[in-house]
Amino acid sequence: MTALSKSAGLVRTEILGIAAVFALGLGIVTLAGHVQAATLHDAAHDTRHATGFPCH
Amino acid sequence: MFRQVLTSALFAGFAAGLIAAALQLVFVQPVLLASELYESGEVVHFAGQGSSAHVAWAFDPVRDMLSILFATLIYCGYAMLLVAAMALAALRGVEITPRAGLLWGIAGFVAVHLAPAFGLPPELPGSAAADLGARQVWWFSTVAATGIGLWLIAFGTGPVPRVIGALAILAPQVIGAPHPDTFVGPVPPELAGLFAARALGVGFAAWTLLGLFAGWFWQREATMQAQEA
Repeated sequence: MTALSKSAGLVRTEILGIAAVFALGLGIVTLAGHVQAATLHDAAHDTRHATGFPCH
Repeated sequence: MFRQVLTSALFAGFAAGLIAAALQLVFVQPVLLASELYESGEVVHFAGQGSSAHVAWAFDPVRDMLSILFATLIYCGYAMLLVAAMALAALRGVEITPRAGLLWGIAGFVAVHLAPAFGLPPELPGSAAADLGARQVWWFSTVAATGIGLWLIAFGTGPVPRVIGALAILAPQVIGAPHPDTFVGPVPPELAGLFAARALGVGFAAWTLLGLFAGWFWQREATMQAQEA
């Protein structure tokens, strides 16, 4: 399965799909690891420290 | 391919996240709990007499469940970033195997753990630190620059993209992470060192496994889809 064997339109659709998964991943890491809302921060506290995120 | 990317990422992220959570609870959590005694002032280290070096493991069901939940969540997020990058490489004809996945995992560890820790070592509760917003900006910029730099080194052709890649990895470290003006942390340096080393060690183990699992699930999904077609 190489890019050459596909039409440009199909490759573009696949890149859109990849970008969507990437954006979802970035959203999860930001929400679980970095957003400072109090409840979220307290719940994720230990994991944030253990993962090396800036926490306080 | 969308389904292949999402499925491989979720399976690999969940498995690596559970292992990360287990390692975190056994090796990192006791150090964190010990540091909280200093943060709260229950134990004082810098009073001239020293303090007990006893680091105990304590079980707290709600707290530990939340740690497991968030570790799996964060590793699912990591997995989506990793597998999206793998998929982009696969579109360009790069073969994704479990063995190649190990290398991807190590590169991911370097981008997301090692490079930011070079400027901002994993911090214990109670450590002195600069403004949070500034550190978060530096953290995200460093992860992005290191990830792009590693990609250029791995997939660039000729010396020019590779030199640009190396410069991208160096740049945030040369600019430097935001550091506090004064050191006022109440936590013993011995604990802080142990914590940083263990956090990085657990991150390394979890990321290499994440890469391995991602490569394995990627291949499995590809085979299954080929059979369906």
